[in-house]
Amino acid sequence: MKLTLKYFASLRETLGAGGALEWTPEAEPTAAALRAWLRTQSPAHAQALAPGRAVRVAVDQSLADESATLRDGAEVAFFPPVTGG
Amino acid sequence: MARVRIQEADFDVGAELAALQGERTDVGAVASFVGCVRGHTREDDISALALEHYPGMTERAIEAMIAEAQARFGLQGALVIHRVGRLLPGERIVLVAVAAPHRRAAFQGCEFLMDYLKTHAPFWKKESTPHGERWVDARVADDEALRRWGLTSDNAGPPA
Repeated sequence: MKLTLKYFASLRETLGAGGALEWTPEAEPTAAALRAWLRTQSPAHAQALAPGRAVRVAVDQSLADESATLRDGAEVAFFPPVTGG
Repeated sequence: MARVRIQEADFDVGAELAALQGERTDVGAVASFVGCVRGHTREDDISALALEHYPGMTERAIEAMIAEAQARFGLQGALVIHRVGRLLPGERIVLVAVAAPHRRAAFQGCEFLMDYLKTHAPFWKKESTPHGERWVDARVADDEALRRWGLTSDNAGPPA
């Protein structure tokens, strides 16, 4: 499936801003499954997206649960807890 | 003018509040909150803040918060301006302003929007300190503030 991947803040600094992504999920294509697959892409990914690290996810520009199912063409963003205001 | 504005430039609080009320004669209360950059935290002096956001999602998220606030408190108007980029101590970061028929709705609507924004709008702050740059940590107290409105919030809470 085709996805648009985005990283922000500390994740963007370590992993880059993201971009177009071709992903072949082995099971249900959830945000958690994508995060797990991304961890296999480099040691930097493995560390930044490690289980237990506070990483939030947005799907199509709305905050989402990691159990959210991704559709083909979705925009998926990973970022640390927000600190605006 | 849009009621959600993300911009690098400063804003004129007086002009924005006047515009929010406009020519209306049914507005009884305008409440506002202005957030500013502090020059120090408990640990360090801060020489600057860098603010990053998620273009597109930020506007959508805040629009949804305003719609929720209007439904809850019967607001007649609302405005959120949030600055991004590099900011110095003393500079304004954010303006939340609401108009309502009565003060309670205005106070509550303004506080609700600010609590919601702190935990759900995709902004990130990075502080410049004498020891280098550092991303600001989310605060559990901000989640608790939103929970008081009956909304779940685990932004700073248990890691996903």
